[in-house]
Amino acid sequence: MAILKVNNLNKNFGKVKAVQEVSFEATEGKVLSLLGPSGCGKTTTLRCIAGFENPDQGEIYLDDKKITYIPPEQRGIGMVFQNYALWPHMTVYGNLAFGLQIRKVPKPEISKRIKRVLSIVQLEGFEDRFPRQMSGGQQQRIAMARALVFEPGIMLLDEPLSNLDAQLREEMRFEFIELQKKLGITAVYVTHDQAEALVISHKILILDQGKKIQLGTPKEIYANPKNKFVAGFIAVTSFIDGSVDSFTEEKKKVMVKTNDGLIIQGFNSNLSVGQKVSVAMRMNVIKFIQDENKMQKNKVNIFKGKIIQSSYLGNIIDYKIKVGNWEVRTNSDAKYDFKVGEEVTFYLSPHDIIITSEK
Amino acid sequence: MQKSVFKKTIEIIIFIIFIFFLFAPLLSLGIWSVALRWYWPHTFPQEIGFDYWFQALGITKSLTLGAVNVVPAFWLSLGIAIVVVIITMAIAIPAGYALAKLRIPTFLKGLILILFLMPRAFPQQPVFLNLMLMFNKIGLTGTVLGVIFVHLVVGLVYAVWITASTFRSIPPELEEAARSVGASRLKAFFKVTLPLSAPGLIASAVFVFLTSMDEFTGTFFVGLPFVTTLPMTLYSASGSNIQFASVIAILLLIPSILFMVLIQKFLKAEHIGGMGG
Repeated sequence: MAILKVNNLNKNFGKVKAVQEVSFEATEGKVLSLLGPSGCGKTTTLRCIAGFENPDQGEIYLDDKKITYIPPEQRGIGMVFQNYALWPHMTVYGNLAFGLQIRKVPKPEISKRIKRVLSIVQLEGFEDRFPRQMSGGQQQRIAMARALVFEPGIMLLDEPLSNLDAQLREEMRFEFIELQKKLGITAVYVTHDQAEALVISHKILILDQGKKIQLGTPKEIYANPKNKFVAGFIAVTSFIDGSVDSFTEEKKKVMVKTNDGLIIQGFNSNLSVGQKVSVAMRMNVIKFIQDENKMQKNKVNIFKGKIIQSSYLGNIIDYKIKVGNWEVRTNSDAKYDFKVGEEVTFYLSPHDIIITSEK
Repeated sequence: MQKSVFKKTIEIIIFIIFIFFLFAPLLSLGIWSVALRWYWPHTFPQEIGFDYWFQALGITKSLTLGAVNVVPAFWLSLGIAIVVVIITMAIAIPAGYALAKLRIPTFLKGLILILFLMPRAFPQQPVFLNLMLMFNKIGLTGTVLGVIFVHLVVGLVYAVWITASTFRSIPPELEEAARSVGASRLKAFFKVTLPLSAPGLIASAVFVFLTSMDEFTGTFFVGLPFVTTLPMTLYSASGSNIQFASVIAILLLIPSILFMVLIQKFLKAEHIGGMGG
């Protein structure tokens, strides 16, 4: 059941097309992430849902009620801001009570609800603190509590963790998952951090230059990025560009040929012969072969290259290898100790690499 | 070590200069205001007394040339200043808010700012002379209302700039957060933006008050001879009676100093810092 439906959303700022024909649905009780680089339109999309921007075209439905142009205060949507946006002149109690006072909730009920929400975000007894008396992580939780306390139908989060330091950010990811599960609230979560999106989302919508690129579960997007852009955004570090040469075994396997004569085999049945594609590799897919005789029966996807850079990272070594005209990167076990300039032979398993459309 | 001695010296020099420029004139005014007889080459007055204070404050009658009872002038100045502050802020708060927060096309924004800056961008006398000619036609010269108008023109410049920069210094998310929890635009303004911008708004009001208390040129053209504010009495006294002028100058300083103390308490540097933007 869709609780939030965004239909053909368009928003321009002057000549800049911030959002173009974006449509998606957020399912009840699930987290949908809007993921993309800065300027991809994710925040604008979120602000349209919140009501801070009026879309130029398109509709937004919340529980089948059209909310496209109604003012933000009438939408009943909770919002968590990147900089928390806690009101500095009010205590935690004042911050949390504000929305309830507007709704004319009786005073004892307000205190009760604030107590409950503070226990949910694990900040019991913080009622009398001012925002400036709290750490970034605590402020973040209060911001979350403020968006939850009036029991909104849906919660919007605009890069809520990006102001925290790396370690705290990772902890807060899991806290957010717990909280979301416990309350079963529907959430739309904007982030530019792919790791964060993979961890917290049920579904991810990838945006680029205001356009929807791919919508899918974290697994789908990680395993089958729709194109080079998505792959590059989801932890792919090396690309070899080429075009589809042929298919084998009833379109199961695809042969990619590059302009410098490399032939790479992989899997992707949605391509057509001649299509421009990219072979995408993550940091761990390259397998070095030290004894070439061992690999005799499997001669595909074996390449020779030259180490052009090596960075020692303790348990692993980060190599940059030149293959034909391409440079690929890999993390290898520290037991392979190659020197810069050394010739290496490596194997790319067709199952590990991703063949994806270039555009 | 060397450096700290150097720094100390500079600090002391700056302090002395500060004292010299700020307190020396004040001291001189103070001495003049109580000097009954002070002839060259004496360093200090030969005769000291509060006669001129009493005369200026209307406690004793005076026949000295240039002597006026400044008490009504003081009340008039104070009254005009208060009215000017109220009207200015009533205009400057919405105008500053609009300039800072609403999506106004850039050319329109520039136009509004120029409109408010115009009266200050030209030499004052021709502007006020023109104003006087205009006010003559509609019968506003020589009236308190006319003087209030002149003071508004002067005060609005400061007020709109300071309020706009104050509102600009408040992150827009704070108001948006208020709206997301259910507050209307008006409620969000009164509960979030207004309390947070109070220091800047107070500072702005104080500036307007002080400019109104001190305003001379405009009042001279539009108000005289029927509207005599405190600076006008100072002007007429300064030509003939230094003691009287000193008393008035000190009276003029009192609200300024009081309000400077107030500003110190409320004004944060960022409110002035954001003025240019």
